[in-house]
Amino acid sequence: MSEEQHDVRLVVNGVTREIRVPARRLLSDALRHDLGLTGTHVGCEHGVCGACTILVDGRPMRACLMLAVSAEGAELTTVEGLTEPDGSLSPVQQAFAECHGLQCGFCTPGFLTTITAGLRENPHPTHDEAREMVGGNLCRCTGYQNIVKAVERAAAITAETAAAVAETAETPEGAAR
Amino acid sequence: MKPAPFAYRRPATLPEALELLAAEPDAKVLAGGQSLVPLLSMRLAAPGLLVDLNSLPDLGEINVAPDGVRVGALVRHADLLASAEARRVQPLLAMALAHVAHATIRNRGTTVGSIVHADASAEMPAVLSLLGGSVTAESASGSRTIPAGELFVGPLESSLRPDEVATSAFFPALPPDTGVGFDEVARRHGDYALCGVAAQVRVVDGAVAAASAGYLSVADVPTVVDLTEALGGAVTDASLAAAGEAALEHLDPAADIHATAAYRAQLVRVLTARVLRAAYADATTEGGSEA
Ligand SMILES: Cc1cc2nc3c(=O)[nH]c(=O)nc-3n(C[C@H](O)[C@H](O)[C@H](O)COP(=O)(O)OP(=O)(O)OC[C@H]3O[C@@H](n4cnc5c(N)ncnc54)[C@H](O)[C@@H]3O)c2cc1C
Ligand code: FES
Ligand code: FES
Repeated sequence: MSEEQHDVRLVVNGVTREIRVPARRLLSDALRHDLGLTGTHVGCEHGVCGACTILVDGRPMRACLMLAVSAEGAELTTVEGLTEPDGSLSPVQQAFAECHGLQCGFCTPGFLTTITAGLRENPHPTHDEAREMVGGNLCRCTGYQNIVKAVERAAAITAETAAAVAETAETPEGAAR
Repeated sequence: MKPAPFAYRRPATLPEALELLAAEPDAKVLAGGQSLVPLLSMRLAAPGLLVDLNSLPDLGEINVAPDGVRVGALVRHADLLASAEARRVQPLLAMALAHVAHATIRNRGTTVGSIVHADASAEMPAVLSLLGGSVTAESASGSRTIPAGELFVGPLESSLRPDEVATSAFFPALPPDTGVGFDEVARRHGDYALCGVAAQVRVVDGAVAAASAGYLSVADVPTVVDLTEALGGAVTDASLAAAGEAALEHLDPAADIHATAAYRAQLVRVLTARVLRAAYADATTEGGSEA
């Protein structure tokens, strides 16, 4: 008997995608195999390492602990969806590059998604809060120090950008526009 | 590390879900999946049918009343942790939830799912037991309330029947003159605890009128111990030490790759004293647990 297939509609990085999968297809595998979005990495496949973390309706969750069928209708953001619309790096991605927050890069997608959501919730983390923010993700290479620095740098970049935007708006030309 | 095949249904109403469970003895309920999906992937569980609760209406509600907090089956740990209302009525909820896994897991895992999963090293079963809470279960044949004292029957085993859905859990409010505390020791914050203790202490005119503690990771089931007698009315170094020894008589700390039995027993002593002291302070501070 062939396995029952389910039609699943996912909104991935703003684009509606339809897939046909068996119920047992993990969301991480659906993203990688069915949709070809291989940015989401799979390390432990039981919720411990955090490499597969994506945003589900804006909140970080483990893609390896969800069934694709159970994500029907959800809005998903993977690492591929973090870059700005013009293709430039997001503040978190930029901070990782500046702070040397990655080496092999295997864990990085999970850190980037987790921190992106973390900074939305808490834009000005203390050092301890920055550490806590990445406490659920494992990295075998960096020793974490530069990742924590990247969290703090990303918060600073976001604040600088916001200040610059506010300044432009205050200048007469900015206001006129 | 991929699940074995199973049939999958995502009913839109509770009666539909209950019918599916009644008709298929080999069915399992899927809530947050933070415990079940790893079990499926490791093929430690291979149900014939998964009944996904995630589309059911009304189960995502947190109802806070003066007598306690009722938590629906689809309330995620993170939502309950964030509820200021729930924290006000029963501060122990947030104290303990902050130790349940990592934020990412809390975003998906449900508090009710964690309770009926009945892991003796999980925080919320111990909290429900300590507070004398209950779980409401529905099946095609009716509804019943299971008191925490009758819910946890063995390691990872609850008295919920396979055809039942736990629709909510009820945590009683903090009674007057009472303080609560929670602490645990884990290899990393967010990991399952090597030992954890929740306590509540009632203080009348400066004296301890009642004290009890709930323990995780140091017995086969979440275990509540009445420590009123051991404390003898006061919180002193000697009475706290006596409370730790009294607790150990009811517990069975075991050895595993993370800790020896002797180390776990020492954690029982240290955490019992620490948490009772905190609960006593909580009961006696002005404004108490509002802080
Ligand atoms: C890396 C990691 C670390 C974790 N650390 C901790 C920790 O430190 N402390 C802790 O307490 N937990 C921890 N957890 C588990 C987490 O709290 C889960 O959320 C919880 O155990 C189960 O809730 P769930 O909603 O995910 O249930 P599921 O995984 O969906 O279900 C678990 C079990 O309960 C049954 N079930 C669930 N809901 C119902 C219902 N409403 N009615 C009937 N049956 C139901 C299912 O059939 C299944 O058997 C951790 C998980 C992971 C992956
Ligand atoms: S692959 Fe999902 S947490 Fe490790
Ligand atoms: S950069 Fe290699 S695992 Fe983190």
